[in-house]
Amino acid sequence: MGTALHEVEHAAGQADPTRAPQRGVFVWAPAITVAVFLVPIAAGLLGTLAPAFGYLPAIGGTEWTLAPWRALFAYPGFSTSLTLTLVTAALATLGSVVIALGACAYLQGSAWARRVGAFIAPLLAMPHAALAIGFAFMILPSGWIARIISPWLTAWVVPPDVLTVGHPSGLPIVGSLLMKEVPYLLLMTLGALNQVPAREHTRIAQSLGYGRVVAWFKIVLPQVYPQIRLPVYAVLSFSLSVVDVALILGPNNPPTLAVLAVRWFADPDTTRYFLGAAAALLLFLLVGTAVGLWLVVESLLARLGRGWIEGGRRNSVTLPVAASASATLAGLFALAAATIAGLIVWSFAQTWRFPAALPQGLSFTNWEHQATSLLGPALTTLAVGLASTLIALVLTLACLEHEAHLSARRSARARGAQVLWLIYLPLLVPQVAFLFGTQVLLVRLGFDATLAAVIWAHLIFVLPYMFLSLADPWRAFDTRYTRTALALGSSPWRVLLRVKLPILLRPLLIGCAVAFAVSVGQYLPTLFAGSGRVATLTTEAVTLSGGADRRVIGTWALTQAALPWVGYLLAALVPAILFVRRRALRP
Amino acid sequence: MNRDALHLHQVSLAIEGRTLFAPLDLVIESGECVTLMGPSGCGKSTLLDFIAGTLDPVFTASGTVSIGEAPLDGLAPEHRRVGILFQDDLLFPHLSVGGNLAFALPAQVHGRAARQTRIESALAEAELSGFAQRDPATLSGGQRARVALMRTLLAEPRALLLDEPFNRLDAQLRGDFRAFVISHARERGLPILLVTHDEADAAAVGGRVIRLA
Repeated sequence: MGTALHEVEHAAGQADPTRAPQRGVFVWAPAITVAVFLVPIAAGLLGTLAPAFGYLPAIGGTEWTLAPWRALFAYPGFSTSLTLTLVTAALATLGSVVIALGACAYLQGSAWARRVGAFIAPLLAMPHAALAIGFAFMILPSGWIARIISPWLTAWVVPPDVLTVGHPSGLPIVGSLLMKEVPYLLLMTLGALNQVPAREHTRIAQSLGYGRVVAWFKIVLPQVYPQIRLPVYAVLSFSLSVVDVALILGPNNPPTLAVLAVRWFADPDTTRYFLGAAAALLLFLLVGTAVGLWLVVESLLARLGRGWIEGGRRNSVTLPVAASASATLAGLFALAAATIAGLIVWSFAQTWRFPAALPQGLSFTNWEHQATSLLGPALTTLAVGLASTLIALVLTLACLEHEAHLSARRSARARGAQVLWLIYLPLLVPQVAFLFGTQVLLVRLGFDATLAAVIWAHLIFVLPYMFLSLADPWRAFDTRYTRTALALGSSPWRVLLRVKLPILLRPLLIGCAVAFAVSVGQYLPTLFAGSGRVATLTTEAVTLSGGADRRVIGTWALTQAALPWVGYLLAALVPAILFVRRRALRP
Repeated sequence: MNRDALHLHQVSLAIEGRTLFAPLDLVIESGECVTLMGPSGCGKSTLLDFIAGTLDPVFTASGTVSIGEAPLDGLAPEHRRVGILFQDDLLFPHLSVGGNLAFALPAQVHGRAARQTRIESALAEAELSGFAQRDPATLSGGQRARVALMRTLLAEPRALLLDEPFNRLDAQLRGDFRAFVISHARERGLPILLVTHDEADAAAVGGRVIRLA
C-alpha cells in the first residue's frame, strides 16, 4: 500500500515536474494565515471605533455620541500632546530615511558597506524598550555621559538640575527611534539593492560623468524606492504610535497621544475607555493621513526628480548630504554601542557614585538578587517567543510551499506584490488603535489574560516579519533541485525535508531569529492580550524603568536584549557549523 | 571633433602577485580602432576597468594612461570622460528613452528646447525618431543597443571602450550594430579599444589586433 502510494506520487512528480511537492496539501495556508492577523485587526478596529463614539454597552455606553471626541479635544494637554506626537514622528521618520539612504549612497561598494550587516544585527535584534532604557542611562543628568565628562570638564559634583529624559521636546524619543529605525531601513535598502543592477548602472553613470553619490540618487534610488516604500510607511506608523519608548523617554504630562490612549485604557475609571478609544482612533486617522501625505510628497518629488535627473547636471548637493548622513550613522552606531555597554556596566555595578566614570566595583550581586524575579518572566518571554515563532514558521512555510505549487501557472513575484500590502498591515495600523478592541473581544470570549491569547497577539506581528524574511529566499530557490530530487524517486515530503529545507536552512533560521526578536520586544500586545497579568521581560522592564534602581533595571533590560541576541547568534552559528565543509552554503 | 590619442604606457595588471600580462605600450590614434583579444581571464575587461578608473581594488596596476597630453591616473571615473559600452545595454529602466539620453547630455546644453533638439537629432541618428517617450523595455535588442551608444556619445567622451558589446545580438544585428558603433565613433574622432573573443569582430572592424596571452 505504502509502495503503491509512493509510486503514484512518483508518477505524478514526473508528469508535472515543475509543481511543488505538496500539491493541494497547503491550500488552506493563505486563508488561515491572513485570518490569523486580519481578524483581530479588523475586529479590534471595530471594537475601538464603537466606543470612540460612545458605544460600549458592557460599560454603560449605549448611545452613539460625539462626547468622547469633545472630551478628547477639551483635555488640557491635548494640543501639546498632539504636537509632541507629530513632531517626534516626523523627525524620527525623516531622519531615519535621510540617514539610511544617504549612508547607502555614500558607502556603496566600500568595505564599510560590506561590514554594515555586522553592525546592524545586534541593534535590529534589540528590543526598543531595552535600547530606550540604555539610552536613558546615557543621557540622564546623572547618566553615563554626564559622569564621563564630570567633574573635569563640567565641574559637576552633583548631577545638574536639568531635564533630559522626559524633556517636553520629545527629542530623546527621536534619538532612541533613530537608533532602531535607521538599521531597519538600511537592512531593507541593502536587500532591495540586491535586486537591481546597482553596481553596473553606477559604473555607466560614472562613465557619463556623474559622481557615485549623485548617480546613486538619480539612477539607483528611483529603482529601489518602490521596494522600501512599505518599510518607510511602517517606520512612519511606528514612530507616530510607539508606546514603550515614549513611556521610558518621553514627557509625562502630557505624554504622546499613544501613551495617553494607553493610560486611559488602563484607568480604573472605565468611563475613560471612551476617551482612550477616541485618542486611539485619532491616532489611526493620523497614521492614515501621514501615509497619504507621504504618498503625495513622493509623487511630487518623483515629478520634480525627473527634471533633475534629465537636466544633465553632474554636481549636486547630494554629496555633502550623503557624507553628513554617513557621519551621523557612525555617530548613531557609536551611541548605540555605548548604550549597550552602559547597560552591561550598570547591571554589574556595585556602588557607583556620581560623578565617577565607572562603578567602584563589578560583581554578580545585582544578578543574584534579581535571578529569582527574572526567571518567571524570562521563561514566559521565551515560551511566548518560541511558540509564536514556531506557529509563524509553519504558517509561512505552508503559504510559500502553496505559492511554489501555484507559481507554475502565475508569476510568483506578481502574486507577492499583490499580497504585500496585506502582509504589512499589522505594521502599518497603529497597535493601540486595535488592541483595545481585540482585548474587549478576548474578554468576551473569556480568553484574555491567558498565555494563548498573548501568543496569538504576538503572532499578529511575528508573522509579517517571518513572511518577509522567508519570501525572497523561497522564491529565489532553484526549483531544479526539487525536480532533480523528485526524478530520483524521492517523495515530495522527503524532498522538502531533505533537500529544500537544508539548502534554505540559513534564511530559515534568520527568519526565526527575527521573528523571535519581534516577539520578545512586544510591549503593548502583551499588556492588552494579557490584561496586564502576563508578565514578560518587556512589560516588567518598562514598568521598572519608571523608578527602580538603575542596577536593577539594567539586569532586566539586558536580559530582555540578550534573548534575541542569542537567537541571532544561533541562527548564524548553526549553519556555519553544519556546513563548515560546504562552501556553497556559507555566506 | 576629438583629435587626441589614447596612450597606454607600460600598463600591467596583477592579482595576488600574479601578473596578468606583460607591460603593454599602446597608442590608439583619434578615429582608430584597436581590437584586444585573448582567452577569458587574461585581463582584457580588467584593462578596460583600469582605463575607465573602475578597477576592482583586488587588482594592482602599474603604468600610465593618458588622452592627448592629459594623464588619467588618479582621476575619478566621472572626470575621465571615457565612454564605455558593455554586453548589456544597461538602459536605466526608470527613465524613458529620451530620459536616458537627457541624463547623458551635459547641463551646459541649456533650456528645454535646446536639449530636446539634441536628443531628437541623436534619436534620428540612431534611426529611432519619435522614440523619446518610449519605455526602453518596449524596444528590441538592436534598438536598445543603439540607444545605449547614443547615450554614451551624448556625454561627449574623449575615448570609447567596448567591452564585448556585440555578444548579445544575433548574427545579422551584430554586423549592423558593429558598423553603426564604429562609424559613429570614428566620425567623432574617438580612439576606440574593442575587447572581444570573436575573430569576426576583429576582422570586421579592421585595424590592429592585440592578443593578450
